[in-house]
Amino acid sequence: MSIYSEISANQRRTWLLMALFIIMVAAVVEVAAWLLGGGYEAGVIALIASALFVVFSYYASSSIVLNISRATEVKHDENPDLYHIVENLCIGAGLPTPKIYIIDDTAPNAFATGRDPQRAVVVVTKGLLQKLDKLELEGVIAHELSHIRNYDIRVMTITVVLIGLVALIADVTLRLTWFGAGRRRGGDRGAGAAIMLAIALIALILAPIAAQLIHLAISRRREYLADASGALLTRYPEGLARALEKISTDKEPLEAANKATAHLYIVNPLKDRGSFMNNLFSTHPPIQERVQRLRAM
Amino acid sequence: MIIPIVIIAIIVIIGIWVWALYNGLVRGRVRVQEAWSGIDVQLKRRSSLVPNLVETVKGYAAHEKEVFENVTKARSALMSAGDARSAAEANNQLTAALKTLFAVAENYPQLRASENFMQLQKELSDIEEKIAYSRQFYNTNVMDFNTKIKVFPNVLLANSFGFKPADFFAATESERADVRVSFK
Repeated sequence: MSIYSEISANQRRTWLLMALFIIMVAAVVEVAAWLLGGGYEAGVIALIASALFVVFSYYASSSIVLNISRATEVKHDENPDLYHIVENLCIGAGLPTPKIYIIDDTAPNAFATGRDPQRAVVVVTKGLLQKLDKLELEGVIAHELSHIRNYDIRVMTITVVLIGLVALIADVTLRLTWFGAGRRRGGDRGAGAAIMLAIALIALILAPIAAQLIHLAISRRREYLADASGALLTRYPEGLARALEKISTDKEPLEAANKATAHLYIVNPLKDRGSFMNNLFSTHPPIQERVQRLRAM
Repeated sequence: MIIPIVIIAIIVIIGIWVWALYNGLVRGRVRVQEAWSGIDVQLKRRSSLVPNLVETVKGYAAHEKEVFENVTKARSALMSAGDARSAAEANNQLTAALKTLFAVAENYPQLRASENFMQLQKELSDIEEKIAYSRQFYNTNVMDFNTKIKVFPNVLLANSFGFKPADFFAATESERADVRVSFK
């Protein structure tokens, strides 16, 4: 598949995602209203509200992502070496130079966001800059630039806001209600506990659905593709292969990453692999497989 | 009745095909030109740094005349280069000349320690990297374009419309060859 068909496929996917979101929210609200004996007004209001929310998230999702990742912009003079790497690779890829943001965390990782190459942002952690050498860093940046060029960033970023937040809310609710249920085993507030249980049940149903939707939006093939075109850009697959190994074997967790944003990162930032929820949301192909493919080039 | 309709339909289809192909070829040519201007910017930046560098080195090693001459000659060749091929050649000459210059500079500890010199050296190596990447981008575009005009049946049209294959910006032997340093 050529890069141009990749771009239009991603644009189609973004539209589909936004349409699905609007229809699903409206449908859920309408069904709830109907069960409670209401009319069609609630559904119409939900339709309009969710449409407005989708428009808002189309424009705001990349700033939301940068905010929840606690990333701050870095200027040319603050880190000229990093800037030159990005600038040079962009010349090779024929892309405008994106903005560069840094997350103040020692865990090495990186992602790209934005809605098109003109408004793209490359984000790296301090740990990535400290732990990788130049060739490895170039591999990582080239991988992110491929995501930018293919418009992967558009789908991946809007996924954070439209699906990831649902997943995140479901997850948090689930934890809170489990915790709450444990505390209230005395049984003094029967009605409160019942409502909590109902919320937990809804969350329990919602979380896997959201996870499945993330999988549909973000296929694993996308990472392989970005690895391959990144390697084509640097002409040195070994750099990216070594970087992937280093990032994945690093023990430190990335505080700013969560289930809503995990799929953006080059390597899964959630270290708690045993957790059922984390595995549910994992969209990353296995590192060994990625490294193997890079080494076979 | 049916035969004229078929003939007209075939003519229309061919017309649309020619139209689309022509536009595609023009787009390809524009992409190559754009990519070329990307190289050109970096080559200009490089040649504008050279006089500054020569002046700095002269301050410490005034008698290395031959080296300076070579660098200046290569620079003016680069500035007057018209097409991709001659620019590539001149650029490769400049690379070789600068390599000699930096090798000579190794013998002057004071020069190596000078802030200005280190700054220039850093800037030049960044520009060289940028040239390498813009060359990669340019050559990719050239390859796409050249393939497009050479495959059948495009080749029939490309020839009659006067589309010519573009030159690659190649790294020639002089860049790969060892630099001989003379200490006269």
